[in-house]
Amino acid sequence: MKITIKLFALLGKYLPEGAVKNQIDIEVSDGASVQDVIHSLSLPAEHCHLVLVDGVYVAPSERDNKTLSEGQALAIWPPVAGG
Amino acid sequence: MSWAKRILRVNLSEGSCTEEPLNMDWAEKYLGQRGLASKYLVEEVDPKVDPLSPDNKLIIATGPLTGTAASTGGRWSVITKGALTGAIACSNSGGFFGAELKFAGWDMIIFEGKAAKPVYLLIKDDAAELMDAADYWGRTVWETEKGLKAEHQDPQMRVASIGQSGENGVKFACVVNDLHRAAGRSGVGTVMGSKNLKAIAVRGTKGVKVQDPDAFLKATSDAKAVLAENAVTGEGLPAMGTQVLMNVINETGALPTRNHKDVQFEGASDISAEAMHEPRRSDGKPNLTRNGACFGCTIGCGRIATIDPNHYTVKNREQYQIASGGLEYEAAWALGAATGVNDLDALTFANFICNEQAFDPISFGATIGAAMELYEMGVITKDDTGGIELTWGNAEALTTLAELTGRGEGFGAEIGLGSKLLTEKYGHPDLSMSVKGQEFPAYDSRGIQGMGLTYATSNRGACHLRSYTVASEVLGIPEKTDPLSSDGKAGLVIAFQDATGAVDSAGLCVFTTFAWSMDNIAPQIDAACEGDWSVEKLLEVGERVWNLERKFNLDAGFTGKDDTLPKRLLKDAAKTGPAEGKVNELGKMLPEYYSLRGWTDDGVPTNETLDRLAL
Repeated sequence: MKITIKLFALLGKYLPEGAVKNQIDIEVSDGASVQDVIHSLSLPAEHCHLVLVDGVYVAPSERDNKTLSEGQALAIWPPVAGG
Repeated sequence: MSWAKRILRVNLSEGSCTEEPLNMDWAEKYLGQRGLASKYLVEEVDPKVDPLSPDNKLIIATGPLTGTAASTGGRWSVITKGALTGAIACSNSGGFFGAELKFAGWDMIIFEGKAAKPVYLLIKDDAAELMDAADYWGRTVWETEKGLKAEHQDPQMRVASIGQSGENGVKFACVVNDLHRAAGRSGVGTVMGSKNLKAIAVRGTKGVKVQDPDAFLKATSDAKAVLAENAVTGEGLPAMGTQVLMNVINETGALPTRNHKDVQFEGASDISAEAMHEPRRSDGKPNLTRNGACFGCTIGCGRIATIDPNHYTVKNREQYQIASGGLEYEAAWALGAATGVNDLDALTFANFICNEQAFDPISFGATIGAAMELYEMGVITKDDTGGIELTWGNAEALTTLAELTGRGEGFGAEIGLGSKLLTEKYGHPDLSMSVKGQEFPAYDSRGIQGMGLTYATSNRGACHLRSYTVASEVLGIPEKTDPLSSDGKAGLVIAFQDATGAVDSAGLCVFTTFAWSMDNIAPQIDAACEGDWSVEKLLEVGERVWNLERKFNLDAGFTGKDDTLPKRLLKDAAKTGPAEGKVNELGKMLPEYYSLRGWTDDGVPTNETLDRLAL
């Protein structure tokens, strides 16, 4: 199935080739979890601080069990702040 | 020590500069800067005073850690009754001006009265003198600062000044120091302009003494290590700046767009921190030139930016083909998402003009957004705008109006009224996205519930910096809470308000609190200052300051009915994103907030609360 992966800030360097504006559609296996995608992209776990699926926060403890659906957007940031 | 223990009182009507001792009994209760200056304002100014009358006062205040070796110890504030709001105003700035004032041996300057003709205040250590500002009136901040340094042959002089906007009564004029750091909100620059005070130029060589140098060195070194090792303050903020939030808040579905009609902006990625790093096609350079830091800061979140030299805004205008203060998140949001403009160079240019002419990009951009909605409705027409097509996303309209507003000309003079007066003038006051007359910053409270309560109860009108619950609700600092739930948010808002009140009274930057807790801050103040400064005492200072400000506003005529939000946020549900279908649940949070504050059902501090806080 196809999902959209969005990697921001200092995680941008982990985006697959062809990404535009920090996002790209990728194929993942049906039933893939958030953690599966994080692992497949070799993202350092300690840098995956803010993880959103369609804008909704996924806590670290939920990432193994949170499965993705076709067309969903997975967005990830390292620890960031502003104001 | 750490306080200079001296105030400079400047009577502009009489032309006098007088030294007086700092009230150390009050310093013990209000610490410094925001808290202590608010105490002076409350004691000396009738809350019902017209903000632009000579009877209003304008206080320039440092904190005890301003000018010390504490990281970010360069903060200073302007405290007055705000021209935009009619509420108590405290606008906080960084840069180097505040530390320089402290080096000259002054904790505060209290300006009273009104000068008969334009003047500036010149301070060289103990010597203070009002000078004729005829050569600077009608000039921009950038011209004024350059001119004063040249006139006095002192490139190390630090200058805080107003631009033409403050002279011309733009309601949201700032005081800008060091070219692009601003005491930005509530119209403190408008008050300064009303007093015919153009600038404050200061050179200090006396330094700052702390109570226990060894303990202070250890406390500040330990605290700097915490900032350096923290992923946000040690890496994220210096690399990406506050602008990193543009995509975060858009994804969260809480990015107010087109005057809060929408909560997500399709052009957000074009104006984000990531976009600022992208090399341009024209010259191969990115918008972001480098990061920048204020006095003593070991974070360095500031953005120094350049505009594409071929962009329409700066082509053949070499004065703007420079590296200068770039977009921070709040400015990028207001100039961009609030107006639907996704042209990064246009936003950067408008931001340059806001700095050069010293007016608040948040209130400016938000007011443009309100005007664009009125234009869309046909209420404002080209006849009103002088031919400007005020359509959503029109970058040229934005940049043209930035220049006109800075000079107070044409339709820019109407934008300079701020959204409250502008929308009232055109018969649609509900379209002002503001609280107590001050425009919202960059978080839609339908998607971040705690921010609705933050805005509604902020003593200076809608403001994110009085209680930045975004840290918890979105960013997970210090711990994650659900942004879509209003449960527990009253207590969260109060905790942020009180802690921020203490930080703002110390001379420190509130951004340190992304890494520091009060346990990191208290030892620095305790080592620097005489007296005992525990975490508990500092939080009590914060609560006292909050209630003092509240009391001023109540005496000025505000009531609990002013603790509200525009109908759009309470009635019109968010259309997209995680908050789709939600409005802000202020009605649920506010009674709990009043109760936890020790206030009546009408939002008035009870006698017991006032007694407990020794108010």
